[in-house]
Amino acid sequence: MPTVKSLEDLKRIREEALKKREIKTNQSRVQIIVGMGTPGIAAGARDTLKEFLSFIEEKGLTDIAIRQTGSFGLDAMEPVVKVIIGDAAPVMYGKVTPYAARQIMELHVLRGKVVEANLIPTEAK
Amino acid sequence: MKFFRSHVLVSIDPQCLEMGAREIVDALNTELADWGLADEVQILETSRIGDPARFGPDLVVYPENVHYANLTVDDIPFLVEEHFLKGRVVEKFRAQETLIVDEELGAPKAKEVRVVLRNCGKIDPHNIEEYIAEDGYRALANVLTGMTPEEVIDEVMRSGLRGRGGAGFPAARKWQLCRQVPDNPKYLTCNADEGDPGAFMNRRVLESDPHSVIEGMIIAAYAIGASMGYIYCRAEYPIAVANLNIAIEQAREFGLLGENIFGTDFSFDLEVRMGAGAFVCGEETALIASIEGKRGEPRPRPPFPAVKGVWGKPTNNNNVETYAVVPQILLRGADWYASMGTEKSKGTKTFAIAGDVVHTGLIEVPFGLSLREVIFDVGGGIKDGKKFKAIQTGGPMGGCLVEEHLDLPLDYEALTAAGSMMGSGGLIIMDDETCMVDIARFFMEFTQEESCGKCTPCRVGTRRILDLLEKICNGKGTLADIDQLELLCDEVMKNSLCGLGQGAPNPVVSTLKHFREEYIAHVVDKKCPAKVCRALIRYEITPACTGCMVCARNCPVEAISGEKRQMHVIDDKTCIRCGICAQVCNFSSVAVLS
Ligand SMILES: Cc1cc2nc3c(=O)[nH]c(=O)nc-3n(C[C@H](O)[C@H](O)[C@H](O)COP(=O)(O)O)c2cc1C
Repeated sequence: MPTVKSLEDLKRIREEALKKREIKTNQSRVQIIVGMGTPGIAAGARDTLKEFLSFIEEKGLTDIAIRQTGSFGLDAMEPVVKVIIGDAAPVMYGKVTPYAARQIMELHVLRGKVVEANLIPTEAK
Repeated sequence: MKFFRSHVLVSIDPQCLEMGAREIVDALNTELADWGLADEVQILETSRIGDPARFGPDLVVYPENVHYANLTVDDIPFLVEEHFLKGRVVEKFRAQETLIVDEELGAPKAKEVRVVLRNCGKIDPHNIEEYIAEDGYRALANVLTGMTPEEVIDEVMRSGLRGRGGAGFPAARKWQLCRQVPDNPKYLTCNADEGDPGAFMNRRVLESDPHSVIEGMIIAAYAIGASMGYIYCRAEYPIAVANLNIAIEQAREFGLLGENIFGTDFSFDLEVRMGAGAFVCGEETALIASIEGKRGEPRPRPPFPAVKGVWGKPTNNNNVETYAVVPQILLRGADWYASMGTEKSKGTKTFAIAGDVVHTGLIEVPFGLSLREVIFDVGGGIKDGKKFKAIQTGGPMGGCLVEEHLDLPLDYEALTAAGSMMGSGGLIIMDDETCMVDIARFFMEFTQEESCGKCTPCRVGTRRILDLLEKICNGKGTLADIDQLELLCDEVMKNSLCGLGQGAPNPVVSTLKHFREEYIAHVVDKKCPAKVCRALIRYEITPACTGCMVCARNCPVEAISGEKRQMHVIDDKTCIRCGICAQVCNFSSVAVLS
């Protein structure tokens, strides 16, 4: 645990504490929903999920909620991930390997560019 | 920074613990670890989520905000696998009703202002960071790095803060007195004994926001020059003790307790001491004796604790609530605090409202609200449309106030002038079906039982007063007994060693003052006007009786007889006045007579 030796130390801990609280609230701007049905898990959805988590942790990102859901019903596309940013329409990604998860974070979440390679076309949904 | 995708708030309300919440937490941790989810999902304990009577052991999962209720430890493996591994909400465990946030406190009621209770139910008391997020320890930082002890005392003096444990002595004056005593080391004690029946204001703060008490104590210690503090917490509050200990431990880890706090040369540490279980241990000299490991008995003052306290050294003792507001005063300024309340009673006060009002429970209001506002606006008025009769303020050593007092401002001076007191903040509201002699007897029974026996006036006097009250309630009293009662009360108040004996007769004195005719009815007419005292009432079945036989079947002593569809009769000699017949009658045909 950090030792508080000055007002600055305290302010820093307070900032961190506020960030953590933000994660707890449901109002995150970015929602990443990972399909965790049996087919998803079989296709490696757990590793995908963990990759999202470590990316967030590495970069110290906030305002993101990682949520799970049951199966999306797209077995052939597993692991399936849905990304919702603000009011924009949800984007569905398929075959999201840990590598793809990282791409989605880097490009879509951080820079606003959809990752075409993993995009599930609208008709498939 | 560690990122948990999910947080689980688990209720550790005492009732939930009784129903297995601890085992549920343990099972959650084990199951999560087994699935390798321990570093993705964080379990946080909270003092209460839903009303345990309705929701049982319960928890909420974020960010989904799903409330699972009435859980047992056997549900956990399935819950963890489904919800946390496979991402499926388990409908069968979900709460049937929507949750009203923090029912014990709820949203602030009309006219409530929350300073002491501001964090209760909002932050995780087991996590110092949550307190820091609410500007916790900021006041301490400002104080230690930028103010002299005298400046701290000045600021608290200007705020007008008075002790919340009963007597209302100005906090900063007490600090100053202790600071000026040329003897070291100095000690600090926090009175968390909260012995008044029905009071739980301190408990809530200790359980839900322990750091505000700790921070207040560190600031007071700096102002006084104390190096060690004790929180004397009643043993009946195991969660408060546990949360305090966790909070103290975390404060030490953060360097907020111990050597060289905030890198200054000020050092201070704290310990929790468990109360010895007697009401009198809340009296400050008894409390000090108890901390020293001696019998918790009061001793004469002076010397006051400020001169000779713990281990014979200068000691400052304040109530939980007194300490808990100190950080807020230093953070937001004395002027802000003094802007609330009345001329001599500044700020806000917590109260536990009990008795015959619609909304019982914990409230915090600025001083100066009228009793009427507290009872009718905050408390929602008298239950079941009945009439207000009296309010007991100040706990068992307080007094009864009546209709004519309803527009008095709730502050130290006004209550004392009216013959009662502020006390620690218990408010018991009584409707017109309350017998005031019986109420006086009830409070006397408590104080007599709690008299420590050290001084004769209190030991013998409270016993004699209680005997007389019992005699009167039993219909055996005489007018001379009433005179005797008054005399005794006077003697006990004047000659007792500590506040217990000095205050114990208050309920008798005040009810005699405002309801003398009820006492007289008991002794002269042998009637209990409120129809409460068993020896003075009888039950009678009226012609509204349909002969349904419900009363006869429920009477525990078979005192009721009668044919089916015929009016029933109570045999007065057999009847034990339990009142069950009146309760079970569907036709309101059982009358109580006196
Ligand atoms: C019988 C008796 C019981 C008391 N119980 C309590 C108590 O439970 N909590 C408390 O703070 N003060 C209690 N007091 C008052 C304390 O003696 C003391 O005045 C108080 O703790 C001082 O703190 P304050 O200045 O912050 O109010 C009690 C006094 C008496 C006579």
